[in-house]
Amino acid sequence: MQVLAIFIPLLAAIFIPFLFRNVRTIHTGWFVLIVPILLVGYYATFISRVMNGNDVLASFNWIPSLNISFISYLDGLSLLFSLLITGIGALVVLYSIFYLDKTKEQLHNFYIYLLMFMTAMLGVVQSDHMITLYLFWELTSISSFLLIAYWFQRDKSRFGALKSMMITVAGGLLMLGGFVLLALMGGTYSIRELVAQAPQLVNESYFVLALVLILFGAFTKSAQFPFYIWLPDAMEAPTPVSAYLHSATMVKAGIYLVARFTPIFAASEVWIWLVTGIGLLTLFWGSLFAVKQTDLKGILAFSTVSQLGLIMALLGASAIAFHVEDAANTVFKYAAFAAIFHLINHATFKGSLFMIAGIVDHETGTRDIRKLGGLMSIMPLSFTVALISSLSMAGLPPFNGFLSKEMFLTAMLTLKDFELFEFSTWGILLLVIAVIASIFTFVYSFYFVFKTFTGKLQASELPQKPHEAPIGMLVAPMILAALVVIIFFIPNLIGEVFIKPAVFAIQPFLYQDPFLQFTPAGIDITVKAWHGFTAPELWLTVCIVIVGALLFTTLGKWQKLYRIQPAKLSLNTFYDFVMDGVLNRTMVNVSKRVMHGSMRHYLMYMFAAICFIVIGTLFYKDAFKISFEGAAPIELYQLILIIVLVLGTLTTLIARSRITAIVGLGAVGYTVALFFVMFNAPDLALTQLVIETISVALFLLVFYHLPRLGKVQEYTPFRFRRLAVSIGIGAMVTLVALSAHSQKLVDSINQYYKDTVYSLAGGGNIVNVILVDYRGFDTLFEITVLGIAGMGIYAMIKLRLSRKEKTNESE
Amino acid sequence: MEIVMAFVCGFLFMAAIYLILSRSLLRIIIGTGLLSHGAHLLILTMGGLGGTAPPVLAEGVTDFADPIPQALILTAIVIAFGVTAFILVLAYRAYQELQTDDTTAMKGSGIDD
Repeated sequence: MQVLAIFIPLLAAIFIPFLFRNVRTIHTGWFVLIVPILLVGYYATFISRVMNGNDVLASFNWIPSLNISFISYLDGLSLLFSLLITGIGALVVLYSIFYLDKTKEQLHNFYIYLLMFMTAMLGVVQSDHMITLYLFWELTSISSFLLIAYWFQRDKSRFGALKSMMITVAGGLLMLGGFVLLALMGGTYSIRELVAQAPQLVNESYFVLALVLILFGAFTKSAQFPFYIWLPDAMEAPTPVSAYLHSATMVKAGIYLVARFTPIFAASEVWIWLVTGIGLLTLFWGSLFAVKQTDLKGILAFSTVSQLGLIMALLGASAIAFHVEDAANTVFKYAAFAAIFHLINHATFKGSLFMIAGIVDHETGTRDIRKLGGLMSIMPLSFTVALISSLSMAGLPPFNGFLSKEMFLTAMLTLKDFELFEFSTWGILLLVIAVIASIFTFVYSFYFVFKTFTGKLQASELPQKPHEAPIGMLVAPMILAALVVIIFFIPNLIGEVFIKPAVFAIQPFLYQDPFLQFTPAGIDITVKAWHGFTAPELWLTVCIVIVGALLFTTLGKWQKLYRIQPAKLSLNTFYDFVMDGVLNRTMVNVSKRVMHGSMRHYLMYMFAAICFIVIGTLFYKDAFKISFEGAAPIELYQLILIIVLVLGTLTTLIARSRITAIVGLGAVGYTVALFFVMFNAPDLALTQLVIETISVALFLLVFYHLPRLGKVQEYTPFRFRRLAVSIGIGAMVTLVALSAHSQKLVDSINQYYKDTVYSLAGGGNIVNVILVDYRGFDTLFEITVLGIAGMGIYAMIKLRLSRKEKTNESE
Repeated sequence: MEIVMAFVCGFLFMAAIYLILSRSLLRIIIGTGLLSHGAHLLILTMGGLGGTAPPVLAEGVTDFADPIPQALILTAIVIAFGVTAFILVLAYRAYQELQTDDTTAMKGSGIDD
């Protein structure tokens, strides 16, 4: 049942097209809504068990011979994510019912992709087997690709979908490499078993490589620097998709991955530096560029990037706890708690902000912040929701964002004083970056809400006459906004029920006691809204608010600074340059240069390669040897024949007219027949004579039919390369022949044929008996070859499309 | 003798490859003809050129030439002939349709190298 639950959305998707086609009066979304609601209920039943530290495991054997199975592993972390996915999923479906028009939109596509995505996400967070985790991971990429390009008639949607696909799939593939390395080192694909082996894994030689590869997957999916560039372009998706995938769930798959692998990789310094460093950089970068955006969803996209960076940085800091003695008494244990806490908070306020952006778009017809303003009195409910969520995002009380931001500052303050890994030198820089980023977060939060809802109403600029959204559309964001406030007042209840089990999953060693069976409930962390006047966090917050407010009021003056950055100097330009300039154009140029369609050049490449490989091997293996032992004696008339053969060959080579070349070839053929006579092969000589005669006749026939144009006597132009390649091949054949002749390993089996040709087969001519008796099958198929050649020739000559038919066919 | 024949085969291969790399279809086919001659002689040489009598039972003869390579070559000659005949007619038909026997011109662009 537990494994099946993952697939329920996918199974439900089968019915969507039928419902969409046959029940046109009811919006398809209402049927879809049942699925996430049922799942929320189902996962809620696990809460009490997981709270007490009992993980729930269920598995379904998929490929037993390869040891691959679908395992649904529910511990604190997985359960929290599962609840987020299904919970926010339900709200998003509810919102989409009012957002998407049932008569104008292709709803069945939308809901199939959405349900597919839900299965993929549930699979990612519950998989214990790394291969199935990867499988679901790629399914999220694919369904996200489909959802972004939902309005596939638009160029921008297709561009955004392709970009996100390229980046996330590239990261996913690297991650698969990391998984395989890790599994080879640990001997198992199960993450739980790898966690248990973590202390031994650190010393493996490929440990850091596996770590970096897995981080590639996490960073591309979670839009970390510099891979965040796909996220702003993914805003072309319908807003429910942006709210669901690009704020609450999919982008957190990377966060989940980092959290899940922290117990394995935390022992490495590289992990701590990469996760913390990249996280902080992303936080800083995202918040800085969010203020530059003029599109509502653009602001939110950069804000998502920035907040994901914050969570990532906290997860990096939580890994430090593994290096500290008596970590349970330091502040680092807060880091994981703060990360998970902020993850929940971000899902609530960002989800609701996206929905508000969608409402504004829906009711005014534009998302351009320069055209918006003064909507406060027209859309009071939306404004309230937006205000609550924005203030939470800015980190102000009494909203949940305040609590997690305080904890973030606490963690960064502690980092500054940390002794290991040179954090004491660089830590202060990290703190400064964190504070600046928080200031900018404050600015863009205000920018988002006040530039949209206050100020002057520019009714003439708006494509539609603005009015308040229907109440159904507002239900989902209102629920989320309510959560924003509620979480502020009961943080410790949330902590007890959801966060501590998740923290226990991230930092299990911290709370490991060999004698006591520890449970998540025993983690002694409480969230305090008030730290007292002496706490530095408070003064930092005050400082952030003051500077942020100052910057916001003077926004018009310094926003122009962003224009200093030339449009060409951006990561998007770099991406375009790589995709279009480097990859596309270079590849086209290379194939144009190498594959220009001339058969002679291809043959030249092939012959040169054969030559190089064979002669190279011969000398590399020191296989060349020459011995005269066992060679037959040389007779004078043989030498004469050889001279004739060489002369005939030379004639074909240097012949200026074709007829000379053909006669030369004939001469060679007859000489070969004479060779056969000399070397005691009468049957061969007969066949060769007859066939050479027919061949030459055929050549002459063709020559005769070559009309005027062909009679222009062609002298083959001498080319050095051509000569070099042909001499190389000739030398290669000679060398191989000499070596093969000089080192015979076993004797021939011909004695058997000689002995039994009469007694068993009743014949005297050994060659003929071999052909029709010992090895008659060869002859059968050689006859077939001749038959096919004959029929082919007949068909080529007889079956012709007349000119008229040909033109018809080509049309 | 085998040593000398190795050089002869090498020479035939060289000439064949040189012709195959030319522009005219007819020369290419002549090249394949030389290539099959070279290959046949090579098989015979590698089987050993010893033996004083053809591989036919006769009174008092024990030193036969090796019959196995001969059987192989016989098969190869026939197959090479079938293929040569086929490509010759193919070249003839290609000429009829395209009015050229220059492989570069058949490509369409007329530009070589």
